[in-house]
Amino acid sequence: MSIDKDTAARVAKLARIKVEEDALPALAQEFNTILGFIEQLNEVDVEGVEPMTSVTPQRLKRRVDEITDGDQQEKVLSNAPDAREGFFAVPKVVE
Amino acid sequence: MTDLNKLTLAGARDKLRAKEITSVELTEACLAEIEKSGELNAFVHNTPEGALSQAKAADARLAQGDAPAMTGLPIGIKDLFCTKGVPTQAASGILKGFVPEYESTVSQNLFDNGAVMLGKLNMDEFAMGSSNETSVYGNAVNPWRRGNDDAPLTPGGSSGGSAAAVAADLCLAATGTDTGGSIRQPAAFTGTVGIKPTYGRCSRWGVVAFASSLDQAGPMTKTVRDAAIMLEAMAGHDAKDSTSADLAVPNFEAMLTGDIKGKKIGIPKEYHMDGMPEEIEKLWQNGTDMLKAAGAEIVDISLPHTKYALPAYYVIAPAEASSNLARYDGVRYGHRATLAQGDGITEMYEKTRAEGFGHEVKNRVMIGTYVLSAGFYDAYYNRARRVRALIKKDFDDVFASGVDAILTPATPSAAFGLGEMNDADPVKMYLNDVFTVTVNLAGLPGISVPTGTDAQGLPLGLQLIGRPWEEGDLLNTAYALENAAGFVAKPNKWW
Repeated sequence: MSIDKDTAARVAKLARIKVEEDALPALAQEFNTILGFIEQLNEVDVEGVEPMTSVTPQRLKRRVDEITDGDQQEKVLSNAPDAREGFFAVPKVVE
Repeated sequence: MTDLNKLTLAGARDKLRAKEITSVELTEACLAEIEKSGELNAFVHNTPEGALSQAKAADARLAQGDAPAMTGLPIGIKDLFCTKGVPTQAASGILKGFVPEYESTVSQNLFDNGAVMLGKLNMDEFAMGSSNETSVYGNAVNPWRRGNDDAPLTPGGSSGGSAAAVAADLCLAATGTDTGGSIRQPAAFTGTVGIKPTYGRCSRWGVVAFASSLDQAGPMTKTVRDAAIMLEAMAGHDAKDSTSADLAVPNFEAMLTGDIKGKKIGIPKEYHMDGMPEEIEKLWQNGTDMLKAAGAEIVDISLPHTKYALPAYYVIAPAEASSNLARYDGVRYGHRATLAQGDGITEMYEKTRAEGFGHEVKNRVMIGTYVLSAGFYDAYYNRARRVRALIKKDFDDVFASGVDAILTPATPSAAFGLGEMNDADPVKMYLNDVFTVTVNLAGLPGISVPTGTDAQGLPLGLQLIGRPWEEGDLLNTAYALENAAGFVAKPNKWW
């Protein structure tokens, strides 16, 4: 399978990474190199093999669903590029 | 006493307990070396004041006789670990200015055990790389050089700063993380020891996530004994990481007897790669002979799906990365792009991520996005997870047949020159991890031990792979190999 410029642009959009128009052909080329490498996986007979979900055969631990933390508004906001009046500030989302 | 920075963890611990030295003296010796090590670019955020205050506290603990193993021992922390009040960037522009309000469990465990943090160490951006050349801080440089050639070499990656700092005696040991070989490959390139424990042995809480089903923290040290001491201090169950194993952590150091009589060591035929340098074949054969001479039984084994480990990894790791790195959106922390008139939230995301991420990270995020996208999920991602199950089964079968550990080369070559791989396609760089990545996919413990040098005097390492949760036994086999190899070479100081 070969990735063209349009597919590269679509993937960049899905990943929310701005890629300039003139950089798309080189990007598509790099994708194709890597995907060409990945294609080898098609040689493997995976019939009847379940996709791995957990590498160690452990059941996830359960815990009581209760509040154990909170009241840390200042700390939560301390690294925000733009925080105002106790909130994260972003450009207008809804018209 | 001079050159305190050259001590091992075990050596310094014994001197501290015997009151021959103080932690403040030891810490000052390391800080002085770090001051002079700018050309190595290993330490990227120095914390001398914090180090000295931790050292004083450690000396007080030692005086009271309350001194766990790491008390007063100065170490470096990879920039991937969140450290409270100390910049943590994962070597990325997108986390510029990020100062965590919390401490990672692993670094907290080390501090509770008395360790002293000298600063944060260079690495590949988000741990994506095998040469420390994707770092926003610039390349870390290997203290080793080829003979009299002064061309700068890579210390490996992604834990390149950790490896360079330990090899150059800037610190006694360092933390690393390993997703596809990022502890073991740099250890092999710098003549140091690095162990990636079983998946779940060390908590991932507070470690900036790359590929969560593969990431594990581990120690990078000067000796196997030091790796045993430090791993014990780092490891343990943590309720904050649901994949952390609720198992007791044994006293690994006490398991270092050096006796491996009767142990079954497997030599996998698939690891004889086409075009592998003769030096590596010879190193591997020598290591096999050493273990045999120490009383181990050598058996030929097969791990038939080895060839498919790297391609499976380059589906699974980018897929998980694309999901994990979605959080860098310019809203909650780190960099936000300056917006133009009329830009909305989508432009903010796209510009922020384009500016903040480096080339390799962007590519992997986009590859991950592609393999997870509608229509390709089954063909790529699910297929890779099926292949991963087969790779793990290869190891399960071998261990079920009675093999105790597997011996392989750690890397397909010695350290290469910085910039040498710039023109190569990315797949060539990925091949660095060909011997290590299987271990992450199978969740097993693996350790790199320096056992020789190449014709140009560069260190080379062998890898031992152990049964899950049996790091103690693995460390003991590594200890026997280390004793037999007697690797004592150090880089000539030029920095």
